[in-house]
Amino acid sequence: MLMKVTDLKTHFFTTRGVVRGVDGVTFTLGKGEVLGLAGESGCGKSTLGYSLMRLVPPPGRIVEGSIQLGDLELTSMDESTFRREIRWKRISMIFQGAMNALNPVYTIGYQMMEPFKYHTEISEEDARERIARQLELVGLDPEITSRYPHELSGGMKQRVMIAMSLLLHPDLVIADEPTTALDVIVQAQIINLLKKLKKELVLSLIFITHDLSILAEISDRIAVMYAGKMVEIGDSKRIYEDPKHPYTQKLLSAIPKVHEKVERLEFIPGAPPNLANPPAGCRFHPRCPYATKICMEKEPEKTVLDDSREVFCHNIPG
Amino acid sequence: MMEDIELRVVGLKKYFPIKRSIKSVLKREPPRFVRAVDGISFQIRKKQIFALVGESGCGKTTTGKLIMKLMEPTEGKIFLRGQDVSHLKSKEENLKYRKMVQMIYQDPFSSINPRFRVYNVLEEPLIIHRIGESRAEREEMIYHALELVRLTPPEEFVSRFPHMLSGGQRQRVAIARTMILNPEFVVADEPVSMLDVSIRAEILELLRKLRDDLGLTYLYITHDLSTARYFSDWIGVMYLGRIVEMGEVDRVIDNPLHPYTRALLEAVPEPEPDRKDVIKSIPIRGEVPSAVNIPEGCRFHPRCIYAKEGVCNTSHPEMTELEKDHHAECHFAGKI
Repeated sequence: MLMKVTDLKTHFFTTRGVVRGVDGVTFTLGKGEVLGLAGESGCGKSTLGYSLMRLVPPPGRIVEGSIQLGDLELTSMDESTFRREIRWKRISMIFQGAMNALNPVYTIGYQMMEPFKYHTEISEEDARERIARQLELVGLDPEITSRYPHELSGGMKQRVMIAMSLLLHPDLVIADEPTTALDVIVQAQIINLLKKLKKELVLSLIFITHDLSILAEISDRIAVMYAGKMVEIGDSKRIYEDPKHPYTQKLLSAIPKVHEKVERLEFIPGAPPNLANPPAGCRFHPRCPYATKICMEKEPEKTVLDDSREVFCHNIPG
Repeated sequence: MMEDIELRVVGLKKYFPIKRSIKSVLKREPPRFVRAVDGISFQIRKKQIFALVGESGCGKTTTGKLIMKLMEPTEGKIFLRGQDVSHLKSKEENLKYRKMVQMIYQDPFSSINPRFRVYNVLEEPLIIHRIGESRAEREEMIYHALELVRLTPPEEFVSRFPHMLSGGQRQRVAIARTMILNPEFVVADEPVSMLDVSIRAEILELLRKLRDDLGLTYLYITHDLSTARYFSDWIGVMYLGRIVEMGEVDRVIDNPLHPYTRALLEAVPEPEPDRKDVIKSIPIRGEVPSAVNIPEGCRFHPRCIYAKEGVCNTSHPEMTELEKDHHAECHFAGKI
């Protein structure tokens, strides 16, 4: 096992009260495994990603729980050790919106050199060599190191971001909506690239997106979040074939499919709750068609199904 | 047949001149243009939804803006109900056109003035078009528009500011603002792409219901083939300023004739875990060229896997109807 997250809570202490961005999340991640993290906007999936990198912006902070990477406990580690030893070296991130994640005034080569300067002692020659190899790996010509971000297309920038995240051979890469701003053909090419890297490098990846159709393409396991909590987590095939949590069911039936004629799609009425004041009991109950009395009163416990799937629901349908 | 057509566009072009340096002026280099829309023709029947699909930079939004008369076309004509509206001269003509043709924008977070309450957002078009005799009458119309987009009870929403609404609710306010003028034709530019998948269907459903109840016609601009199939009746696939394939939506998607449409369809991700880890081959090469240097012959040929030397790189293909309600602009359509 590569990472174990237990009862993690990241809260934002705003002037209007405490916003429970991530509120008690538990999961594990194996080596070479791709975990897809899904949910609507505002459900806490990006906050969870940032928490693992310890990059939660103030007024947010991790208030409880543990993140274990191998034998190391990351939540209690002091910041300078974390920055030197963990961030980018063992856990790296592909940020949302490749268009804006690169600094427009530095060349690609200069920006890719930075992680080496801060984390390693290797010579500039060796670093250049490694950058070139990494760029080739993601299907780019190493010659682009002398170019500026505005000279590259969106897909090329996203490839640079992926190459950058892999520079120091991290154990875990967190990809936060890596394809959201891209056109569909470029998106498919980036997904293909990630699939290839997954196979070649035995990459462990947490893939965050709201788009369940993309997750199906790459995830081994899927975790569905709602209002700061996990609602269902398990093998991806099983979740797509037979979703158990009403929220997962609704999310899946809301996806329009291009190769099928669908007369009416389902949608989830209402909106996710305000996390400063989440509903009592099960957080999904105000939008759930199956909600009963107990759902309004008691928070659902974890139920482990036969296929080792975890579902947090009082009334798991058949 | 003719009176069935709500909107007809013929040979529409929009070129944007590129700023020239003094050197290039002195050297008398010819001026260069971004050919954003490069000669497109299509028509939309009454009460139909026409989807214009393509990647960013293909000219679909420029087409929408041309139809909205937010810019003047370089060439070509636009007819609304048989009337030529390509060049509107007087202010009155413009105002009248604006009332008939309305637009829904992509981003409900920036298309609504954050300092306006919902009431003011909806009142503004009424004031501009001098509709409603009294405040009471306008209020009545505003309440009705909110009910129309199912923001009920309207009393609860009129005094809210946009930041007090969810993304879906904001987009409903934007739709209500469009509908309050009783338009005939609506350009919807990516109306759901900023929203969560879970509420997209709800908004599209609402737009479809409004079409049925109010007899509207839509131009639906999107990059998303899945919602285009779900939502629209006809579809036009745009590539580099031209419509390369067009037709009844099921025909185009079930039997794509242009290689570009095929590549697009192949690239759409599907919630199908069995295809996990399978590296899809997407039948396309390279990247989209710049709209300044559009390739000779068929503009898709440098990326096309079927391109034939001597044909595709020299002569421009004609748009041909290959089966009923299904047109494609390809030398080898139906043969590949």
